[in-house]
Amino acid sequence: MSTGLISLIVLGLAAVGFVLGRNRAIRDAGGDTRVLHSLPFFHGLVVFLATAVPAFLVLILWLIVQPMIVNSRVSGMIPADVAPDAAAQTLALSDVRRISGGLDAAIDQDKITPDELEAMTTDATDVRALLGTVGVALGSDVNPAVFEAAKAYRKLDATGAIGRTIAVLAAALLGFGIAFPRINRDFRARNASERFITVTLFAASTVAVLTTVGIILSLVFETFHFFTLYPALDFFLGTVWNPQFRGGSELGILPLLWGTLYVSFIALLVAVPVGLLSAIYLSEYASRRVRTVVKPLIEILAGIPTIVYGLFALITVGPILRDYFAQPLNLGNSSSSVMTAGIVMGIMVIPFVSSLSDDIINAVPQSLRDGSLGLGATPSETIRKVVLPAALPGVVGAILLAASRAIGETMIVVMGAGAAAKLSLNPFEAMTTITVKIVSQLTGDTEFASPETLVAFALGLTLFVVTLGLNILALYIVRKYREQYE
Amino acid sequence: MTDISAAPASGSHRGSLLVQDELTRKRNAAETRFRLYGIVAISIAMLALAALLISIFSAGMPAFRQTFVTIPIELPADKLDKSGTRDSAVMAKVTTVGYAKVINEALAAALAAKGISTDGMTEKQIAGLLSPEAPAQLRNYVLANPAVVGTSLPEFELLANGRVDGFFKGRVTMESAKLDSNITPEQLQVAQKMTDAGLMGKRFNWAFITAPDASDQRPEAAGLGVAILGSLYMMIVVLVLSLPIGVAAAVYLEEFAVKNFWTDLIEVNIANLAAVPSIVFGILGLAVFINFAGLPQSAPIVGGLVLTLMTLPRIIIPARAALKAVPPSIRDAALGVGASKVQSVFHHVLPLAAPGILTGMIIGLAQALGETAPLLLIGMVAFVRDYPGGLPGGLFDPATALPVQVYSWTTRGDPGFVERASGAIIVLLVFLLIMNAVAIVLRRRFERRW
Repeated sequence: MSTGLISLIVLGLAAVGFVLGRNRAIRDAGGDTRVLHSLPFFHGLVVFLATAVPAFLVLILWLIVQPMIVNSRVSGMIPADVAPDAAAQTLALSDVRRISGGLDAAIDQDKITPDELEAMTTDATDVRALLGTVGVALGSDVNPAVFEAAKAYRKLDATGAIGRTIAVLAAALLGFGIAFPRINRDFRARNASERFITVTLFAASTVAVLTTVGIILSLVFETFHFFTLYPALDFFLGTVWNPQFRGGSELGILPLLWGTLYVSFIALLVAVPVGLLSAIYLSEYASRRVRTVVKPLIEILAGIPTIVYGLFALITVGPILRDYFAQPLNLGNSSSSVMTAGIVMGIMVIPFVSSLSDDIINAVPQSLRDGSLGLGATPSETIRKVVLPAALPGVVGAILLAASRAIGETMIVVMGAGAAAKLSLNPFEAMTTITVKIVSQLTGDTEFASPETLVAFALGLTLFVVTLGLNILALYIVRKYREQYE
Repeated sequence: MTDISAAPASGSHRGSLLVQDELTRKRNAAETRFRLYGIVAISIAMLALAALLISIFSAGMPAFRQTFVTIPIELPADKLDKSGTRDSAVMAKVTTVGYAKVINEALAAALAAKGISTDGMTEKQIAGLLSPEAPAQLRNYVLANPAVVGTSLPEFELLANGRVDGFFKGRVTMESAKLDSNITPEQLQVAQKMTDAGLMGKRFNWAFITAPDASDQRPEAAGLGVAILGSLYMMIVVLVLSLPIGVAAAVYLEEFAVKNFWTDLIEVNIANLAAVPSIVFGILGLAVFINFAGLPQSAPIVGGLVLTLMTLPRIIIPARAALKAVPPSIRDAALGVGASKVQSVFHHVLPLAAPGILTGMIIGLAQALGETAPLLLIGMVAFVRDYPGGLPGGLFDPATALPVQVYSWTTRGDPGFVERASGAIIVLLVFLLIMNAVAIVLRRRFERRW
C-alpha cells in the first residue's frame, strides 16, 4: 500500500474517531453539554490526535529506517569483486534499485509474471533487453550477483511495505483504543489537547536550533575528515591555492582569505561613506518629503537579489573599469577584478550601513543636539562633534554587520572577482574569495572522499566562524550602545 | 539708536554684525560643504540604483522580442511519412536532419520567389540564416499535427539564427561579422533584404518565458519555462513548510515561552541564523539532504528545503513583531471571559496579527525567490530541458531556478546569452515587484495602529 493511501486511511480513521469521541462525550453528559468539563469539540480532538499522531510518527520512522535496513542487507549480497570500494558500492546499490524498479514496471506491464521472475537468471534471459522494453536503460549487462541482489531488494521492499501498513494501522487503532474509553463527562479534554498544541509549537521553535546544529555538525564533521587527509597547518598557513584532481594539491587558505578581505575592504570603502553620509543627511537635514521618497529608494537596493548585482558587475561595471581605468593605466586587462566586485558589493551594502546608522543616529537623545546648538554650534558641528561621537559604538556595530555581509556574499564575487587565487595588491587584477572556491569545489561532479572537495567544508567552517564572530561582536556593541541611552 | 550698531571702540569682536568675519564664513562654508556631502552621498546611491536598473533593462528588453523567418513550407509525404499511416510514433523515426532538408528547400524557394539573390553563398550559409533549432520546431509541429503532411503550410514561423537576431538588435554589425566565424556580412545583407521583402521580422517572443533551456549554440531558442516552474515548485515547498513552522515558532516564543536557558538559546539561534551567509545553507543542504538523506540532486524539493531553513528566521522575526504589536488588553479580555491561553491566542491574537505575519511571509518568500548561491551547491545549475512532472512527484524531478538560470547563462560562450540572462532578470524582478507590491498593499489595507 502506498504512503499516500496509508495516510488517507489514517486520516479517515482519525476523523471517525473525532465523531465517535464527540458523540460519546455528549451521550455521557446526557445531551446537556454544560455538564461536560470541556466542549464536545475537544473530546473529539483528543481522539483524533490520539489516532493520527502516533500512526504518522510510526510511518515517518518506518520510512526512514526501512531503506537503511534494506540497503545494509542488500549490500551484503554484492560480492567484493563487483564493488571493491565505497564508491563502487554506492553505484552498485543504485543499479540494484534501478533494476528492481524496472522489474516492478515489467510485472505491472505484464511482460513477466512474478513466478517467472523467481526462476529467472541472467544466464537464461537477457535482463538488460527486458528492462529496456519498460524504459529502464542500463549501461551494461547485468551482473548475476547484482541481479540476485535486485530480486532480494524487491522482496525485502515488498515485505517492508506490508509490515509498514500493519504497523501504522496498529498504531492508529491502539491510539484510538486508549483514548476513546477515557472519554467521559469529567475528562479534561481541553487541557489534554492544549498541551499537545503547546508541545507542537515548542517543537516548531526548535527547528532553528536543529538547523544550527545541522550546520555545525555537517561542517565540523567533514572538516575533520578533511584534516585527516590534509594537514591543518598547511591549510591555514599555506600561501598557494592549487587544487589538482590527480592529487598533490596545495590548498592554502591565505590567498582566498586575502581576496575576501580585499574585496570586502573596497566594498566598505564605498559603502561606509555613502551610507553614513546619506543616513546623516536623511536624519538631520532632509525634509519629511525627501525622506519619504529617498529612504524607500535606498531600501530597494537591499531588496534586489545578489544575482542582479552579479550580472551588473559582469556586463557593465567590469568592462567600464577595464576600458577606462585598468587598461589606460596599464594595471591589467581583466574585466573581473577585485575593484569590480568591491564596488558592486559596496553598492549592495549601502542600505545595510545607512538604515542601521539611521536608527542609531535617531537614538541619540535630542537634548544633546539642543545643548550643542544652544551653545552656538552650527548643525554640522553638532553632528560631527556631538552626535557622531555619541553614536560611534553603534556605527561601528553597523559597519561590522556590513562587513560580515560582504564577507559572506557569493554571487557578486563569483561573477565579478574572477577565479585566480593570488596574493597581490593590484586592485584591478582578478582575485578570488572563500565563497567563490566553495562554489567551484562543490559544483559539478564531486567525489566526497578527496581533499579537493572536502576543503570546501573547511572553507565553509572558516566562513561561518568569521561571520558569526563579527555578528556576535556587532550585536553586542549595538546592544551595549542602546542601553546607554535608555 | 543707530550708534549702537556701529563698531564698539574696544572688545574682542571687531567689525560689523552684518558683515561676516573670517571664522563665521569658514564655519558657514563648512556647514554648506557638509550638507553637500550628504546630498552627494544620496545622489551616488540613487545613481547606482538607476545605473543598475538601466543597464539590466536595456540589455534585457530585447530578449522579449525575437527575429522570426516566415516562409511557406511544402511538407512532402514521401520524405516525412514513408509509411503513409500518419502515425506520429512511426513518423518520429524521421530525425531533424530530414526536416532540415525540407526547410532548406523551402527557404531557397522563398528567396527565389522574392527575387533575393544568394549568389556566392554556400548552401550551408543560406541554412545558417536560420536557427539550428528550426528543424526541431518544424518536427515538433508536424508530430503534433500529423495531418499536415503532404500539404503545404502557407506561413510557418522559424527562429532566425542568434547572430541574425543580434544584427537586428544592434549586437552584431557588419564589421563584427567579418571577424565572426559563425556569420558573414553577405548573410546579413540577405537577412536585411529578407526583412525588406517581409520574410523576416521581430515579434514578441512567448517562447522566452515558456520554452525550456537550449544548448550552448542556440541562445535564440533558450527560454525560462523549466526555471520558472522549478522556482514555483520551490516557493510552494517554502510556503507549505515555513508558514506553519514559522508562525508556530513565533507564537511559542512570543506567547508561551517562559524565560529560561532553552528559550534564550532559541532566540540567539534565530538571530544568528538570519545573518549566516546563504552559501553555508547550501553546504548544509548538500551534506544533510543529498549526502545523508539521499534525496536527488537538482530537485526542487531539496532547493525548497534549503530555502525554507534559510527563510525561517526571516519569517519568525517579523511574525514576532506582529504578535508583539497586538496590545495585551486583547489577551486580558479573552482570558477574562474564560478563554484558555491557547484559545485567547488562536481566536484573538493570531487573527489580529495575521496581516503583519503575512506581509513578513511574502517578503521572506521574495528573498528566497532571488537566492542563488545555496542552489548552486545542490546541483540546480545542471542543464535541464525536460519540464518537471506534476505535483507532488515533480518535486523530485530535476529542475532549475530563475536566478540559477541567469547564472548558468552568464557562463556560456555565445554573447546572445547575455541578453537572455538580463531578460531573465527582468522576469525575476517583475515577480519580486509583484510580491512586494502585494505585501505593501496588505500592510496599508489591514495594518492597525493600536
